[in-house]
Amino acid sequence: MTSTVTRAGAATAPPRRRAQRARWRGPLAAWLFLAPALLLFLYFKFIPMVVGLWKSLFKVQTFLGDEWVGLDNYRTIITDDLFAAAIWHSVVLALGTTIGSLVLGLGLALLVEGPARYLWFVRTAAFLPVVTTMAAVAEVWRIMFHPADNGMLNVIIGWAGVDPQPWLASEHSSLWSIMLMSVWRGTPYDMMIFLAGLVGVDRTLYEAAAVDGASTWRRLRHITLPALRPVFWILFTLAAIRGLRVFVEVYVLTNGGPNNSSEVLMTLIYKLGFQKNELGVASAGGIVLFLATLVLTVIVQLMRRRQAS
Amino acid sequence: MRFDSALGLESRKGPLAVAARFVVYGLMVVAFTGPLVGLLVSAFSKTLDPTSFTLWPDEFTLENFIQAGDKNVYLYLLNSFVVVGFGLLLQMLVSVFAAYALARKKFRGMTVVMLLMLATMMLPEEIIAIPLSLVLADLPVLHLNLIGTYAGMILPVGAWGFSILVMTEFMKEVPVELEEAARIDGAGELRIFATIIVPLCRPALGVIGVFGFTMIWDQYLLPLIVATESTMWTLPIALRSLRSDEEVGIGVLLAASLLALLPSIIAFLAFQRQFMRGLTSGAVKG
Repeated sequence: MTSTVTRAGAATAPPRRRAQRARWRGPLAAWLFLAPALLLFLYFKFIPMVVGLWKSLFKVQTFLGDEWVGLDNYRTIITDDLFAAAIWHSVVLALGTTIGSLVLGLGLALLVEGPARYLWFVRTAAFLPVVTTMAAVAEVWRIMFHPADNGMLNVIIGWAGVDPQPWLASEHSSLWSIMLMSVWRGTPYDMMIFLAGLVGVDRTLYEAAAVDGASTWRRLRHITLPALRPVFWILFTLAAIRGLRVFVEVYVLTNGGPNNSSEVLMTLIYKLGFQKNELGVASAGGIVLFLATLVLTVIVQLMRRRQAS
Repeated sequence: MRFDSALGLESRKGPLAVAARFVVYGLMVVAFTGPLVGLLVSAFSKTLDPTSFTLWPDEFTLENFIQAGDKNVYLYLLNSFVVVGFGLLLQMLVSVFAAYALARKKFRGMTVVMLLMLATMMLPEEIIAIPLSLVLADLPVLHLNLIGTYAGMILPVGAWGFSILVMTEFMKEVPVELEEAARIDGAGELRIFATIIVPLCRPALGVIGVFGFTMIWDQYLLPLIVATESTMWTLPIALRSLRSDEEVGIGVLLAASLLALLPSIIAFLAFQRQFMRGLTSGAVKG
């Protein structure tokens, strides 16, 4: 299309040829280059989102046809005990994982900061969990969580004199066990981002503070931590959003059990949608998850802005 | 006093400080790599039940990997490579094309497009999983059913906001003079794109390549929805079905898990610099 149009323009008005070509070259070429991305996003992101919103208002039945139920699916979610529990578990898991990874990540970042070669090795080794395939590490952790006395983690805590734990097998500890693995995988990521933030801190400030006789703690408190504040908020938002939509970890480790004690929103939605064929309620669950993500992002952005001013 | 770090630990040189450092860093390395080393060791040992999962090498055996063949593990591995191969190729092409438009062109509606790209990052596959399965079963307008096809696992990962944004940021830095010079020489749009812009962006291609690889390799929900026949399973979603085996116990599961882990670890170690660059570009959003 580009060429025919330019050629036509060139034939009728030769002097304006250059300008004409440039005009077409700009916007039209831009849209052509963007087309594959936009098309794929349209089909696999935006249309599903709209379909989800639409189906959440129906009782979806494959052969009988969909039946309009208004906000009934949402009402089901709000009043259903399973959903309430799942939302609560998602929030606990997201918050616990986020805060645990942030605190540990910051601590470790401070410990491994520096130009020494062996520190580079420690950083690289510690970072490995982040790039591992979730499903595979979850299987490994499931094995390590083996509840018998000679399960790997029970042996390790036995060295410290702690009694064997049931880990994933008990209603009381399943969620915490999943959290433990998620922190293990989330900490090195946060650590790396904090390290990148630490690079940006002005070294002369440390020196000046040391000359003034400030303690290590005061140096951290007044120079390092304020410099890391933006990094902290970015990490918090990302981790919390990621935490809310956690699926693979739970699906592989416990699939929500025992007795729904570790059921999170996504595993429940998955079961409703693909096993019980309750596509309408499951779609509504997806929308609720989306809204929660959105609200969280907005809140954090607002807090950030207020703190900055 | 000189500071190479916030805590200034390296300036303490006493034997006690050195010993403490050794212990702390040693613990760190063990804690974060222990499970992975354990997997490596156990996959090559006789591992009958979960309690024989260990960090210490037992008798070396390839039995687990041989048994894995009977359980179709290598077929699943091949499926994973097919999906990641085509998916990554598509994703990188799409990202480079889109980034070229966003970084080098001015056009009406650009802000909206940028916002849409950012919005897609707020729509991770989990949130739209259910409706996505409906859309995949009957694509609007085209009326194709992608459930049970490789295309169903490949096309949805074809466009990724993160890759596009990283690429866009990078392309903005290519000097405009180079492009103008080529234009004066009469080079067309595609020629400028292919011979000037893309070659100059090779470092960024490394970044989106390694991130795209780990992202697609780690896909779980999508193949779970799409691969209805077990012959199409990718390795990550096949692991669940390998949990117990009468002859080698959890051995096959460990061998398969190791095979599922290695590619992304190798990709990370090989492209470490690009990986860190992408990580700290501040745009990593899932």
